Amino acid sequence: MTLFLQFLFAGLTTGSVYALVGIGFNIIYNSTSIINLAQGEFVVLGGLMMWFFLESLQLPFSVSLCLTLLTAAIIGLAQERLTIKPLLKKGDLLLMIMVTIAFSILIRGILMFKFGKDPYTYSPFTEGEPIEIFGAIITQQTLWVIGITVFCIVLLYLFFNKTMTGRAMKACSLDVKAARLMGINVSKVVMLSFLISAVIGAIGGIAITPISLMEYDKGAMLSVKGFCAAILGGLGKSRGAVVGGFTLGMLESLTAGYIHSGFKDAIALLIMLFILFVKPAGIFGKTEILRLRKF
Amino acid sequence: MSKGNAIVLFILGIFIIFLPQIITDNYILTIGIFIGINALVAMGLTILMGYAGQISLGQAGFYGLGAYVSAILSLKFGLPVPLSVFIAIFIASLIAVILAIPSLRLKGHYLAVATLGFGEIIHIILNEWGPGGPSGFGDIPPFSIFGYTLSSTGEYFYLIWIFVILAMTFSLNLIHSLTGKALRAIHDSELASVSLGINITKLKIKVFVLSSIYASLAGALYAHYVTFLSPSGFSLFYSILILMMVVIGGITNIWGAIAGAIIITILPEILRGFKEIDILIYGLILTLCILFMRKGIVPLFIEIWEKVIKK
Repeated sequence: MTLFLQFLFAGLTTGSVYALVGIGFNIIYNSTSIINLAQGEFVVLGGLMMWFFLESLQLPFSVSLCLTLLTAAIIGLAQERLTIKPLLKKGDLLLMIMVTIAFSILIRGILMFKFGKDPYTYSPFTEGEPIEIFGAIITQQTLWVIGITVFCIVLLYLFFNKTMTGRAMKACSLDVKAARLMGINVSKVVMLSFLISAVIGAIGGIAITPISLMEYDKGAMLSVKGFCAAILGGLGKSRGAVVGGFTLGMLESLTAGYIHSGFKDAIALLIMLFILFVKPAGIFGKTEILRLRKF
Repeated sequence: MSKGNAIVLFILGIFIIFLPQIITDNYILTIGIFIGINALVAMGLTILMGYAGQISLGQAGFYGLGAYVSAILSLKFGLPVPLSVFIAIFIASLIAVILAIPSLRLKGHYLAVATLGFGEIIHIILNEWGPGGPSGFGDIPPFSIFGYTLSSTGEYFYLIWIFVILAMTFSLNLIHSLTGKALRAIHDSELASVSLGINITKLKIKVFVLSSIYASLAGALYAHYVTFLSPSGFSLFYSILILMMVVIGGITNIWGAIAGAIIITILPEILRGFKEIDILIYGLILTLCILFMRKGIVPLFIEIWEKVIKK
């Protein structure tokens, strides 16, 4: 039982990151119908840049945090302005997929050039004794990761439901044409969605790096798993991505613990294929809505 | 096949015959062999993307399947190499059919991620269950046929390019046949194709299987040429490299596969001194190509050529 709990908490931790990446997928998908396959790279970017400011430049924590988020935001913006905006009007799906892949390799290339192939880590946010719950040991960083994820989710909920900008973005996800007719600046919404997704991806990276180390080539797998989390809960539904992410994280951790750690990644992929083939709309999604989508 | 294509194919054939006679440098011939192997895989993806409008990020999976199955069959079960190559292709295409039926129902993004997932699963399986695990295995029998075992680099060069030319001939004929026209129609508009009575699902499955056949054949030839395999060459990055070849060469022209294979295979040789920026350069090339040279090299070249002739 103790062991089971231990695995469960490990799963919740990695699941948090999948949930954040999944939410990022959803935000962009909602405003553009694009799957941004570069999403996972922002997690890596967050972790590595945080290390750079914190350990290499020896800046204080809060300054490093701000600078890291700023870097992610700028790169997210750059992705949208330089690669997405020129192609979005063409409506060629093949092109859109390829350009997000191209950008992911670009980020990976820059990170490898800057940081090399070594894994990086830094000390946890707070020093302190681990907490014991029913015999399972939980480090403080684990609580930070889960707490930050919940905080992000609440913040995003408030943003999308209580602010004018957030509601404009929500309107775009429902019907771009109608939103435009209502005077919503769709181009700005698209820009904002890439910015927000980049930042929450980076937050995930910053939080998880003290636990699981970060290296330049982790992004592709994180993208796939974030996507898996997003479709598990139904693409476009943020609530779905959260449930999907935590479910995926726990399944993975249980597989690694009870079956074989080498198959940890295979589980996510198998679940993803299963959902794609059986119910592409996901647990919360409706198949009818999926058919109406442009892509 | 059109007259122009036949001429280019003929010239390529002549060039292939004489190249090992003129160049005896094994280093250059080895690069030539790898260009051929990559061109085979890229050709399958070009037809799939440019003519059927489908994307696959799992070509490395079929490539790896072809290599591993053929190597294991000939090494552990003692089957003759041509037979093991044949069985490897058969198994890969069988898996392609099973994967295609549910996958091709999916729309673009989903298909990309589904094929990516497939490729990565194969990669994990090779890592966990493949002989030697992540470090791989050697002593794979070299290619032999009718009792003759290929040994020199020149012989392998011929072997691989014979397959490239055969595949090219087949692909060109396919594209110019009725099937090819139907495929083009799918790429342009699925809805219109259906209303014209084209069975698009069946066609898409066929093309997907064809691309898996090319990839697994290339993988099997690779295995018997290098006689050593490890899973690292069959990761997602290889699928992306193949995608790069197709994009750079030109998605709408099958010759683009060869042009792209030449560029992407030679590039790492040129970049040898800049080991830490190679991924960055790949990323830059791919991004710039998609943004500014969407058609790719071969269609661009043809466009310029036609303008010159008209003048």
